Amino acid sequence: MKFLYLVACNLRRKKLRTLLTLLSIGIAFFLFGLLGALKLALTGDVSIANADRLMTRHKVSIIQMIPISYQARIAAIPGVSGVTAQTWFGGIYQDPKNFFASMPVEPDEFLKMYPEFVVSDAHRQAWRTTRNGAIVGRTLMERFNWKVGDRIPLSAPIWRHADGRDAWEFEIVGTYEAARKSVDTSQFFFRYDYFDEGRGQNKGTISWFAVRVSDAARADAISAALDREFANSAYETKTEPEAAMMQGFAQQVGDIGAIITGILGAVFFTILLVSGNTITQGVRERTEEIGVLKALGFTNTLVLGLVLAESCLLAVLGGVGGLGAAWLMTIGGSPLPSLLPVFYVPTPHLMLGAGLMVALGLITGALPALQAMRLGVSEALRRQA
Amino acid sequence: MLNWLSQISAITLANLKTLPERRGAAVAAAVGIAGVVTVLVGVLSIAEGFQRVLAVSGSPDVAIVLRSGSDAEMNSGLTHDDTRLIADAPGLARNAANLPLASAELFVVINLPKRSTGTDANVPLRGVSPAAFDVRGNLMMLEGRRFEPGKNEVIVGAGAARQFSGLDVGKTVRVGQTEWVVVGVFAAGGGVAESEIWTDAAVLQPAYHRGDTYQAVYAKLISAEAFHTFTDALTTNPQLSIKAVRQSDFYADQSTQLVGFVKGIGITIAALMAVGALFGALNTMYSSVAARTREIATLRALGFGSSPVVVSVLLESLALALAGGVLGAAGAWLAFDGHTTSTMNWQTFSQVAFAFRVSPALLVQAILWAAMIGVLGGLFPAIRAARIPIAAALRET
Amino acid sequence: MTTDQSPLIRIADVDKTYRRGAEEIRVLAGLSLTVQCGEFLALMGPSGSGKSTLLNLLGGLDRPTRGTVEIGGERIDALSDRRLAGWRARHVGLVFQFYNLLPVMTAERNVELPLLLTHLSKADRRKHVATALAIVGLAHRTSHYPRQLSGGEQQRVGIARAIVTDPTLLLCDEPTGDLDRKSGDEILSLLQTLNREQGKTIIMVTHDPHASSRASRTVHLDKGQLSAAAPA
Repeated sequence: MKFLYLVACNLRRKKLRTLLTLLSIGIAFFLFGLLGALKLALTGDVSIANADRLMTRHKVSIIQMIPISYQARIAAIPGVSGVTAQTWFGGIYQDPKNFFASMPVEPDEFLKMYPEFVVSDAHRQAWRTTRNGAIVGRTLMERFNWKVGDRIPLSAPIWRHADGRDAWEFEIVGTYEAARKSVDTSQFFFRYDYFDEGRGQNKGTISWFAVRVSDAARADAISAALDREFANSAYETKTEPEAAMMQGFAQQVGDIGAIITGILGAVFFTILLVSGNTITQGVRERTEEIGVLKALGFTNTLVLGLVLAESCLLAVLGGVGGLGAAWLMTIGGSPLPSLLPVFYVPTPHLMLGAGLMVALGLITGALPALQAMRLGVSEALRRQA
Repeated sequence: MLNWLSQISAITLANLKTLPERRGAAVAAAVGIAGVVTVLVGVLSIAEGFQRVLAVSGSPDVAIVLRSGSDAEMNSGLTHDDTRLIADAPGLARNAANLPLASAELFVVINLPKRSTGTDANVPLRGVSPAAFDVRGNLMMLEGRRFEPGKNEVIVGAGAARQFSGLDVGKTVRVGQTEWVVVGVFAAGGGVAESEIWTDAAVLQPAYHRGDTYQAVYAKLISAEAFHTFTDALTTNPQLSIKAVRQSDFYADQSTQLVGFVKGIGITIAALMAVGALFGALNTMYSSVAARTREIATLRALGFGSSPVVVSVLLESLALALAGGVLGAAGAWLAFDGHTTSTMNWQTFSQVAFAFRVSPALLVQAILWAAMIGVLGGLFPAIRAARIPIAAALRET
Repeated sequence: MTTDQSPLIRIADVDKTYRRGAEEIRVLAGLSLTVQCGEFLALMGPSGSGKSTLLNLLGGLDRPTRGTVEIGGERIDALSDRRLAGWRARHVGLVFQFYNLLPVMTAERNVELPLLLTHLSKADRRKHVATALAIVGLAHRTSHYPRQLSGGEQQRVGIARAIVTDPTLLLCDEPTGDLDRKSGDEILSLLQTLNREQGKTIIMVTHDPHASSRASRTVHLDKGQLSAAAPA
C-alpha cells in the first residue's frame, strides 16, 4: 500500500493525458455495460427460464392454432403437473406504433404457472369476478398513464368478432409486478373465456400451452411423450423447454450475440491500443526516474509491479466509472421502455466487466512494464548526461 | 498567400518527417479511428442491407389489396368473391390473353431449421395464382422449373434456399400432413420474395383448411398513376371492405422500424467510440506538439507565422485520421459487404434473408466521421502549438 | 560493516569493456583500488577516463567485465540483480549531478523513497525523513516540490535521500557540477560534515580541483587506470 502514493503521483504527472485515457477507458466500459443490457433485452435472459417449464405449440409454426381440448390430454400425461393455454392476441391501443404483448389466459392456472408475475390477492379476486377484466404490467400502466378501473379499447386485426368488428373492450382490474428484474412488466393479460366467446372464428383454439413437469430431469422424455400423443393428428405438436424456445426465438432475430461480441471486440481493441500507447509513452518519458529508483535499491520486480499497478489503476478507475455509469443509467428502468422493456446490466456481465478491467490493465501495462524492468540502471542514468 | 502556403508545406513536411519516431502513438491514433469507422460501417451495413431488400421489393405500379383494418397479409382475409371484384377493377394491366394481372394469394408461415444454427425459424410459404409471375415481373428461375398448378410442388427463393436447410431442388418439405416437392429455385431482383417459398394457392387452400379464401391480391396496374383510379373504384364499391396500398409503400413501411432501430444503435455506439478515439487522437497530437516544442519555437523565431503552425498540426492530425478512416472503411467493406444472413420481419412474423451492404454513401459517411475526429483531435493541440512562448521554448533542453 | 581501520572497499584488477557496434571500448583496464573506512576520496580525471564507470561499479549499478569488487567484505560483483538491489538499498547512498529527484513528489516524499524498501512503519519513516532533512538544513522546506527549490536546495534533498537509510558509503557523481560556486561550497561543506561527524565514507567524482581539495585523498584516473599524477 505504501507504494500506492508513488503510483498515484505518476498518474498525476500529466493530468490531461491521464484524464483523456481514463475517459476513453470509461467509454469502453460504458459501452460494454450498455451492450450487455442490450443483448439481454434482445435475446432474453435464458438463465431465468424455468427448467421445469415446457412449451407446446403447433408443429408447423407457432402461428398455427391448436385445440384447447388438448389441455386435458396433456394434463393426463405422466409427469405433467400443470398446463395452461395462451394465445397471441396482437391487440393495438389507438395506434399500431403502441405495440405491446397482449394475451388471453386462464387466470388461476396462468398465475400458478408463472409465479414471476406477482398479483395481489385483491386484484386476483377482481380478475376472477370481472369477465372482461385485464391484469396489466406496471411499466405498461405507466407508459399509457392507465389506472386500475380504466376501460381500455384494443383493436385486434387478427381476432375479429363474428360481425367483423375488431374492437375489444377491457377493464383493468389489477396490475402485476415482477418477482425478478428480468421479467417483462409491459404485458397485458385478459381472460380466455371472454376472448373465446367474443371471437368470430377459430373458437376453441389457442396458440400454445405452457406445461409444467414435476421433474425437470425428465423434461426431454415428457416432451417426447407429449408430442407422440398428438402425432398423426390434424394438429401435430412440438414441445421444447422454455429456454430452448427463447433461444430459438432470439436466433430468429439474428446472431445478436456474435454482433455484440464483434462490436465489443472492436471497442476494446481500439481502447487497448490507445491506452496502451499512452502508458508506454508515459513510461518512456520516465526512463531516468526509473533508473534512479533502481539505483536507490528498487528491484526489477518491484519496478515491474509499479508500472502494472499504474496501468491497472487506470483501467479499474476508468472501468468502474464507465460500467458504473451504465449501471446507474439502467438501474431506474429502461431508457426506452416501449422498445426494450427489460433493460439492465446483468450481474454476470458486471463480473465479466471487472475481470476485463484487470485484464485490460495487465495487457496495456505489460509491454512498458517489461521495458521498465529490463532497463539497465547505468544506461538509464547515462541518458540525461 | 503563396508565402503562407509554402510556410505550411515546409512545417508540415518537417512534422511528417518526424512521424516515424512517433509511429507508436501515430499508429495507435489511426487504428483507434479505424475501429470507430469499422463499427460504424459494420452496423449501418446491416440496416442498409435490410432496407435495400425491402426497397427493391416494391414497385409503385403494383397494388396490394388487403381486408380493411389489416396492416399485414397475416391478419387479412378475402373471399373468392372479393378477389373477383378486385380483379375486375379499372386500372389493372392485362396480359396478351386479356386476363387481368391480379394474383390472389395466401400467406402462411412454416418452421424450418436455419442452416447456420439448426434452430427453427419462421419461413413464409405463399400460395399464388398463375398471374403472380407477371405481376411481380422480376421472377427468374435460377434452377429447376416452376411448380405445376394443382400439384404439391414448391419453388423456393434464392435467399430462403441459402438460409434454411432442406430446400434443395428435389428434396421434399413436409408441412403437417402434406408433402411438398421442391422443383425450382428463383431470384426476384434481390427482394423479399427471395426469402419466400411459393406454391399454387389452389393447393395450399385445402392443405390449410382455408376453403376458398385468400389473404391478399397483388395487382399490376397500367401505370403508377392508375393507383388512384384503382383504389377509388374499390373503396367506393359497397360490396367490398378492403384497403389498397402501393407495394413500394407497403415494404418501405416494413423496414422503417427495424432500420431506424439498427441505425440508432449503430450511430450511438459509433459516436461513443468516436469520443474514445478522439481522446486517443488528442493524446497523440498533444505529445506530438510537446515533442516538437523546440523545433516549432525555432521556426517561429526564424519568422514563420503562428497560423501555419496551427494548420500544419491540423493537417498532420487529419492525415492520421484519414489513414485510419480509409483503413477502417476498407476493412469493413472487405469483412461485411455481401455477408448474408436473415432476420425476423415483425410485420410478417417471418424471416427475411438479406446481405450486409456497404454502400459508397456509407463509406463516404465513415470517412467524414474520421475526418471530423481528426480535425477535433488536432484543434486543441494546434492551438497549444501556436501559443508556445518562443524564448522560453528555445531555452529548454 | 567493519571497523575503522580495515579497508571498506577493495577493487582488484577490474576491467570494464563496452561494445559500441563492432568496436570494443575498454573503459577500465586492470584497475585496483583500496578505500579505508571513513575516507573522503575524490576521483578526478578527464572525461572518458572511467570515473563514472568506476562509481557505477562501486554503487552496484553495473558489473565489471573482469575482476572483483568487494565492499564491506562482500563480493558485490557476484550478487544477483535482486540481491544487488537490496544491497544498494541498505549500504549505499547515491548523489547525482542533476539531483534526479522525482518532480511529481515533495522533498519529503523524495527523501522517503528508499525507506519504502524497508519494513519501517509510516511514523518511523516520517521520523527518519525529518532527521535527514534537518541534517542537510532543509527542515523548513519539506513540502516543496523540486521545481520550487533552487539547485543547491535540490542537491540537499538529494543528499538527504542518500543518507536517510544511514548507509556506510556515499557515492557522489559530480555533486557540484550543476551548481554555482557558492551553492557548490555549501554542498561540499555538508559532505565534509557528514564525513567527519557521521563517519560516512564518501567517494566523489569531480573534475573541479576546488572540490577535490575538500577531500581527504584524491586519486586520478586516466584511460581506465590510476595515474600517478601529483595531487593538485
